[in-house]
Amino acid sequence: MQLPLAFNAELFIQLLVNGITLGSLYALIALGYSMVYGILKLLNFAHGDVYMIGAFAGYGVLTLLGGPLSPNIAIAPLIALMFLAAMVGSGLLGVVIERFAYRPLRDAPRIAPLISALGVSFFLQNSALLLFGAQFRSYDSFILGSENPEFFEPGPLTDPLFVVRNVNVQLIQVIVLSTTVGLMVALTVLVAKTQIGKAMRATSFDREAASMMGIDTDRVIATTFFIGSLLAGAAGVMFGLLFSQVFHFMGFLAGLKGFTAAVVGGIGSIPGAMVGGLLVGLAEAFAGGYLGGRWSDLTVFGILILVLLVRPSGLLGTRAIQKV
Amino acid sequence: MQTGGEIPEIPGRPDERDRPRVGVDEWVASVEDRREHRAGIAGLARRIDERLPPWALLLLFAVVAASLPLWMGRGDLFAYGIFTLIYVLLGLGLNIVVGYAGLLDLGYVALFGFGAYFYALLSSEHYGIHWPSAISLPVVVVSTALLGLVLGIPSRRLLGDYLAIVTLFFGQAFVVFVNAANPTVRGQGLTGGPNGIADIDPNDLFGYELTTRREQYWFILAVVLLVLIGLHFLSESRTGRAWRALREDPLAAEAMSIPVNRLKLMAFAFGAGIAGLTGCMFAAVLTAVTSGNFALPILITIYAVVILGGIGSLTGVVIGAIVINVSFQFLAPENPQDNARILFYAVIVLLLVLSMRPWWRLAAVLGGTLAFGLLAHTLVEAIAPSWTAGAVVEGGRLAGVVSDWVIIPAGHDDFANAAYIALVVAILALTRVRGWWRTALLVPTVYLAAIVWETSFVEQPAVARWILFGSLLVFLMTVRPQGLLGTPRVEIV
Repeated sequence: MQLPLAFNAELFIQLLVNGITLGSLYALIALGYSMVYGILKLLNFAHGDVYMIGAFAGYGVLTLLGGPLSPNIAIAPLIALMFLAAMVGSGLLGVVIERFAYRPLRDAPRIAPLISALGVSFFLQNSALLLFGAQFRSYDSFILGSENPEFFEPGPLTDPLFVVRNVNVQLIQVIVLSTTVGLMVALTVLVAKTQIGKAMRATSFDREAASMMGIDTDRVIATTFFIGSLLAGAAGVMFGLLFSQVFHFMGFLAGLKGFTAAVVGGIGSIPGAMVGGLLVGLAEAFAGGYLGGRWSDLTVFGILILVLLVRPSGLLGTRAIQKV
Repeated sequence: MQTGGEIPEIPGRPDERDRPRVGVDEWVASVEDRREHRAGIAGLARRIDERLPPWALLLLFAVVAASLPLWMGRGDLFAYGIFTLIYVLLGLGLNIVVGYAGLLDLGYVALFGFGAYFYALLSSEHYGIHWPSAISLPVVVVSTALLGLVLGIPSRRLLGDYLAIVTLFFGQAFVVFVNAANPTVRGQGLTGGPNGIADIDPNDLFGYELTTRREQYWFILAVVLLVLIGLHFLSESRTGRAWRALREDPLAAEAMSIPVNRLKLMAFAFGAGIAGLTGCMFAAVLTAVTSGNFALPILITIYAVVILGGIGSLTGVVIGAIVINVSFQFLAPENPQDNARILFYAVIVLLLVLSMRPWWRLAAVLGGTLAFGLLAHTLVEAIAPSWTAGAVVEGGRLAGVVSDWVIIPAGHDDFANAAYIALVVAILALTRVRGWWRTALLVPTVYLAAIVWETSFVEQPAVARWILFGSLLVFLMTVRPQGLLGTPRVEIV
């Protein structure tokens, strides 16, 4: 492990840009964890695998429309279609999981839904392995824009959009960041202003009391799963666009990091998930850049354990008071 | 507001039928009664478990298990005998933490790995240290228990879910440490990286090395029996009762002046100690350890063992380990596929026989499936012959029958995927319908299962078994959370 001798501003800014991009991806995953935890007090282990299925749904659309080498339609609508398919597919998957694996366990002891979630996660991972095979599926040439794999030729997405003193900002990074911001604003408005948002807040505050007030809590919970999983599906396509490969095991680590982000920010809190996601993404990018790749994951988990031990309710969370 | 009109009937909750009937007084009062009259295999197993005294059960298990090497081949004894015993031990250890104390420990498999690696360091060519088992076993068990204690410390502060995630991270950290970090100690990598540690000494009994499979089997069996006896008394003891009180309601337990934190740590330490002990024997039997043996899939398998048999029940763990390990080995890629095929169809028929009542409904499903398959096969063959041209993987007694009954197209990747998704949808739909609809839907579902088996599972048995174990966890949790032999939780609200 060697530290750079002089402070390198360009490297620092490049890592900052990469970290923010990565962080917005984790924030999207973290939101799903956080919303579900807020409403059901359930740790949805399968969330990472929903994200993986989203990435594969995006890949499916890409393949249907001619494959990454020569897509049949223009790139902008293609990307929009990929996002749409991934978000709707993941959202529906989330609702199905909730209906069949969690709802029957609403009143069971706390440990039962956790084990069920573990089973769902394992089931999804291996179903993807069975259906799509163990090899990495690539969004690759589509992004590199190269017909010939031997020549690296930046495509429209990885083309540096603007370069400031050797710091590249790629179009794809801008797309990822702006999509994330857009989704988060939409989510915040939904939760704060709409009727279903109000019902969600009420249900998460006290499910029983909410149902007595005439709120159909089952429907609210299903909606929460739909929205959370939809965000994860969007994150899956973003991962594919950023790192150009999707595989059946990608959900596990991303799920852990998304969860870390949710906990660091304060589980159950929407702004907390955003802050936590950015923090985790930055930590990973800087640890990877300055300490070397194999330390980045350990740094992230170190942060989690530290936060859990020092401030279990997270940075922006409120301390849970246990009533007897 | 309505005035003068009929007051509309209050609609029932849509999921009324699926809700657990806890909290209903007459249901609670009749628990004992229902337990007596429980039908089916679960009721039978439960009655045997309750009526036979514990020593008789143990004797039965000991006699049957000890006679295994007398009629089993060497390879089978290794796969079916020794591995079942290893799973029994792992399940017993996890049962203390999850079953008795109710703490969700997802780092358990790392403790097993720690024990195996530590034993490997103390008794192998890796560093040239060869401690006899009489010293290395206690050292490993005690240090794994201490590690478990350290891992349990967060449980003082963290509630259920946070504990689960911290232990999960611990498990991941162990795999990363062993695989990638691999610090250099005394001139070579401590854990051997991805290659692991090889040439591990066998266990020895005061100088007598246990080298044959039979000796190893009997040695592990003796350890299993000792652990079973110890755990029986532990679970009946004051500590065992306190653990169960802690599992049911930590707050009430604390109010009853039970030292909650100390008991949690004790559960972690006991479970870890057994995991470490198992690790020693696992490493000695395999003579090599690699990090892949201690990853997430094994954790899922151990959980399946504990949950299938029934959380908190010793007999349940033994039964769970036998069922899980036998199906695990049958689905191993090395195993001749025809054996797995016979087991698969036998299990489906057995499940139908046990769950369908009255008999004519069962007959309708079995006959209907056979007829449905023959009809579908004939129709498809008549319309598009290439759709039934695919070959059955590996011949055998059943293969001939199967190839005339199941649709296997020539090049069948897309078809297999579609069939798999259709099967998942059909099974989910099965849980939503009742009565004759369910019986009718069962026919195509069973046939789809056969298609999926012949087109994808047979070719990837290793993936198939993980899918089956994952679904098993979900299925058991939603349908029968107490497992085969566990006590259903009765809650009075």
